[in-house]
This record gives sequence, C-alpha cells and structure tokens, in this order.
Amino acid sequence: MTKAKFEINGQAVDVDVEPRTTLADCIRDNLSQTGTHVGCEHGVCGACTVLVNGEAVRSCLMLAVQANGDQVVTVEGLSGDELTPLQAAFRKHHALQCGFCTPGFITTAHALLTNEPDASEERIRDVLSGNLCRCTGYVPIVEAVLEARSHYASKATS
Amino acid sequence: MKPPAFEYAAPETIEEAVKLLAAAGGNAKVISGGQSLMPMLAFRLAAPELLVDLRGLKGLNEIAIGDDGVRIGARVRWCDIEADRRLKQRHPLLAKAVTHVAHYQVRNRGTVGGSLAHADPSAEMPGIVVTCDAVLTIVGEAGKRTERATDFFTGPLQTTLGPDEILTEVSLPAWPAERRWAFMEFARRKGDFALAGVALFYDLDGSGRVVNAHIGAIGVADRPIRLTAVEAVLNGSSLNDDLIAAAAAKARETVEPPSDIHAPAAYRRSLLATLLERGLRQSMTRGS
Repeated sequence: MTKAKFEINGQAVDVDVEPRTTLADCIRDNLSQTGTHVGCEHGVCGACTVLVNGEAVRSCLMLAVQANGDQVVTVEGLSGDELTPLQAAFRKHHALQCGFCTPGFITTAHALLTNEPDASEERIRDVLSGNLCRCTGYVPIVEAVLEARSHYASKATS
Repeated sequence: MKPPAFEYAAPETIEEAVKLLAAAGGNAKVISGGQSLMPMLAFRLAAPELLVDLRGLKGLNEIAIGDDGVRIGARVRWCDIEADRRLKQRHPLLAKAVTHVAHYQVRNRGTVGGSLAHADPSAEMPGIVVTCDAVLTIVGEAGKRTERATDFFTGPLQTTLGPDEILTEVSLPAWPAERRWAFMEFARRKGDFALAGVALFYDLDGSGRVVNAHIGAIGVADRPIRLTAVEAVLNGSSLNDDLIAAAAAKARETVEPPSDIHAPAAYRRSLLATLLERGLRQSMTRGS
C-alpha cells in the first residue's frame, strides 16, 4: 500500500492504495464518486475522462499515486444543485441516451470550452473524437457543445 | 484489465532514477505520461516489479529553439508542442505530425520520450526523429551518451535503451525557413495508429532541383525507416508529375510491409505510395 494525496472536487483526500490502482478505480472505489465511468480500461473509450489541473485526461491511463499534489475534478465537481449550461444543453439536444459515456463527454467538452471558448465546430469534433458513444451518433452531442459555447465565451470576457 | 502488482517510486533526481532502474536489474519500467505503458500494463503485456515515475524530475519538460535546431525534453507532452506557436515556423513537420498523435486526452499526458522509448513502428514521433536525423540523449549508470535516431530503433517496441537508461532529450537539426515538406498518414479512424505514414522534406538548389531529400515512413516495417532509394530518385531532379510517379513506384518496390489483422502487406505498400505521391504534391506549395 502507498499513499495518494490529492484534491478531488475541492476536497483534500489522502487514500491508501496499491501502486497499481488507477486514478479511475481510486475515484470510484476508494472515494465513492461513481460519476466517473470505467469503460474499456485501456485508454480508448474516454468514459473515464476527468480534469487534472484543468486538463482533460483519461483516469484509467493514470495511476492514483501519479495524481499526488494535483487538483482532480470529476463530473460531480462541475455542477452544484443545478445543471450547468453544458449539461442543460446535453438534455435539450438529447445528447445522451443510455448515459454511460456522458460524464466523459461533459468533462472533455468542459475542459475544451474552458481553455478554448472560441473552439470551432471542427475543433470540437476533433477533440470529441477521443470519446465513444454508442447511442447518439454524435450529432446531438456536437450540437449541445456548440450551444453551450456561448456561456464559456461570456465567462471568459467578463 | 487491471495492471499487475508493482512497486512505485517517484525520485527527484535523474541519478536517483537511474540507480533505482539499475538496482532492479531489468525488472523496472520508466513511466512518465503512461499513455503507452498503462495500456500495456492493463493488458498485462508488461509486468514490471517496479515503476520509476519521472514526474519529480526537473528540466525534462522544455522546448528550446536555437540556431542549431530544436531540443525537446523527454517529458514534453504533445499538447506542449501543439501550444508552442514558434514550432509552426521553426519545425512545421514536427508540429504537423503531432496533430496526428492519438486524441485530446492522451495528448494532454503523452510525452515525446515515452513514445520514443515505446518504439511503436506506426507511431509519429519515432518517424519524425528518424526522418530528421535527430540525436537522442540518454542517461544511464555509465553516464550520458548520445545516439542517432536511426540507430536507436532495433525492432517493434525495441530500442537500444539499456535497463538502467533513461531517454532525456531529442535534438532535431535546424530547419531552414524555405524547406519543402509534408506529413501524411492514413488511419481508419482519426487518432488510431497509422496503417502507413510518410514524413518528408527536401531543399531546392539554385536551379530548383531537389537536394537533401529525406523520406521517412511509418507503419511499413518493424521500425520507422528512411526510404533512401526514393531519396536517390528525387535528389538532383526537378519535382514534376513524372518524378513524383517514379518516386512512388520506387517506394512501392522498396518496402516490405507486414501483413496483420488491420491490413495486408499489398495494401500498406500501395497506401505508402499514394501517401508519398500526395505528400510530394503538397510539398510543392510549402516553404517560402
């Protein structure tokens, strides 16, 4: 066992984990935050995407001990009681059906629009190509992200 | 799909890291971004007793651009290269190739050193360092050594790196502003490993003839290769439709690509020739 000490959704945590524990498993099993979904477990599907120091990363391709000292944000950390504009746009555009991939899409799109509020549709499609969705056919997801873009742009200028 | 058990260390100096690797006698692996190693661990294709994480090491994450070329620290990530606006002029071939590496989330963690040490024959960065005659800096118990990229790769996922050694830096020779170049690859889905790819550059002499042609290929051999026979076809001649066709024909007959579940050899050979043709055509409008 070893220690993994990082911040998750604003809370400092200090967990005993085996070195081989992925960040994804640590978040779900040790920290009981099950919004982060584990799909392929080898870096293909994007369902486990979380933010580490503001950057979207695959939490199955990172060890929990590699997050020492980092700030981790999961889908739980993005919203309070209300849906965020991005989440509301997902609902409006039916950008999810079974919902398994959704936390990965939300965290990825949130990171993209936070860092690049003027991302073009082409850029959005390029970035989202790292996440798999088997239900929607992607079109509604791209529409939702495009609609949410203006909220990030206004935040960036204010 | 869960990694096998291993010990973990995150040393703060390169000397300490080398010492840990040496003491493990070949049963340790270096991890940085982990974007190649973590899938290997998940599939249990790798089962080291110890992982030595480079995250505590200073000074391996810089991109230095000078008159002698571009030096890239081993821990520089794909997103760092993408974000470095200088590289679009100072090494456009590198900047372009990196846009083909995996996906957004992987580009936020994957490193240059990790890709080179992993040595996938279809990966972009190994192709770039071989095409560009890069020099790699490697640190081990015996001290620091340098190696030409062409000598570094010895087979699929195989390099000359010793069990105690860490790749620390890549040095790409200077890039003249007027140089002609192209990078082309084909994958069935964007972000996948290429079925075949071409990295190429050349200069023009006073009469507009090709000199110093460098043609590299990925995905068509057990390691990234230079197509020296194709370079010989191009050097000394003016680039036109006939020369492009001759170069493509030479590429087709030179390479011996593998057949696998993704594509038979004949397909890869044909794909390489097509990519080379398109790349050479595109290069004619590049450079000032």
